[in-house]
Amino acid sequence: MNVLPLYAQLINLFAALLLLLAFAMLAQRRVLTLINLFAAQGLSLAASTAVVAFGTGQAHLYWSAGLTLVLKVLLLPWILHRLIRKLDVKWDIERLINVPATMLIGIVVVVFAFNLAVPISQLASTVTRSTLGIAMACVMLSFLMMITRRKAIPQVIGFLSMENGLFFAATSATYGMPMVVELGIALDVLVGVLILGVFFFQIREQFDSLDLRHLEKLKEGE
Amino acid sequence: MTAQALLSQLVQVALALALAPLLVGWVNQCRAWLSNRSAPPLTLPYRTIRKLFMKDAVVATRASPLFRLTPYVVFGAMCCAAAIVPSLATDLPFGVAADAIALVGLFALARVFIALAAMDIGTAFGTLGARREMFVGFLAEPALLMVLFTASLISGSTSLPSIVDTLAHRELAIYPSLAFAGVAFTMVSLAENARIPVDNPATHLELTMIHEAMLLEYSARHLALIEWASALKLFNYSCIGLALFFPFGIAQGSDDWLAIALAVPVLVAKLAAGGFALALIETASAKMRIFRAPEFLGTAFLLAVLAMLVHLLLGS
Repeated sequence: MNVLPLYAQLINLFAALLLLLAFAMLAQRRVLTLINLFAAQGLSLAASTAVVAFGTGQAHLYWSAGLTLVLKVLLLPWILHRLIRKLDVKWDIERLINVPATMLIGIVVVVFAFNLAVPISQLASTVTRSTLGIAMACVMLSFLMMITRRKAIPQVIGFLSMENGLFFAATSATYGMPMVVELGIALDVLVGVLILGVFFFQIREQFDSLDLRHLEKLKEGE
Repeated sequence: MTAQALLSQLVQVALALALAPLLVGWVNQCRAWLSNRSAPPLTLPYRTIRKLFMKDAVVATRASPLFRLTPYVVFGAMCCAAAIVPSLATDLPFGVAADAIALVGLFALARVFIALAAMDIGTAFGTLGARREMFVGFLAEPALLMVLFTASLISGSTSLPSIVDTLAHRELAIYPSLAFAGVAFTMVSLAENARIPVDNPATHLELTMIHEAMLLEYSARHLALIEWASALKLFNYSCIGLALFFPFGIAQGSDDWLAIALAVPVLVAKLAAGGFALALIETASAKMRIFRAPEFLGTAFLLAVLAMLVHLLLGS
């Protein structure tokens, strides 16, 4: 059994943690814990990016690791914490239907993503190529989370965690995107969350709740 | 097969039989300490078993032979399991007879018999306990199998002694798959051994019982055998966990008597640490509603499957 260098082992560990956190978010009922899990996912993403930077000597990855740390571990969770405090949904519990069934669908999604990633990762030459499957699985799990949630805030967290997965995919397939693109995406995400925060208030004012089912009706008063 | 291997096999089974009640006593003592109660003596399980053996057995009038047979079957299954699990040495002549999958089958055999015996008398509580036990069991078994499959995939064999041999000899590295499998195995062991998040071993409230509800009709030597068998089950699960995830100190091969002699204190130390960890988990968590058990065991299954998938993808 040939042993990988330590940094590659660490990358694998953080990748596995990322996948685990994606599943934890899929099953989490409390909004507050969901935000903390999102912050933890950001932290493990930043750590893995930093380890990739250290292992491969790509200096620009340090910047993106720092950017991830500031944006996804500190700034976005802070904004979200403030939002749920202002919206007074801090202790909100979302009733999820059938967590075990969702988990099983999640496992199927992961198998699908892993199979999808194998031919792509064989083309890549990076150290991190085998983690591409995990990145794709994270993207799809976040997608699944957005499908199964009804409330607005968990949907936005699902969207943000999907971005985490995409970022990880970029790191594992090509050692990250160019700096300009990364900065652009970071700004987009930040502005997106700010705008969605305004939307939350509008939705609640209109329908007295943050349940997105109300948005599915086209006419008023049915 | 040498005479020495046979002897090491016998020593291992004898040690399991002798140490199992001590492990239960140790866990109870740690639980008492952690919850600020004065602890019962360490030898209490031995005394209970002795007391029960000296009493006269009372059997319900409608009991079928199955009811009398069950304690012996359960005890025999647990002894067999103790012979397969490499707790001291990996050169076990008996280990060839059954692999990891057959081990899960042995546990299932014991469970089916005890559930049938509980239904045999026809009391409400026995039936209730049997149903709950099967409910927990059918959720825990796939997760346990997945954990064992992960270990088998890593070592390329389903025979427990060779799995432990491979795991003990690999180079030191971070294995995310083994970490996931370890957490999943802990959760399954808690459920299978009727420990706190799923069942309370010390409960006297019939409505929340699972394991205890099935034993209400047993007395004297039958009860003693079943109590001993559940202690052995806990011992076996602890040994599987220790052998798979902390395989240090287990003697390789049976030629070396010194290695086997050294493996005994190492095993006792590991079991003491494991028992304390179990007591810590039990003290820190509350028993959950029976209908939350699918979620708990579903999570264990998920972790075990993730461990396998991560191993297949990352090769670590």
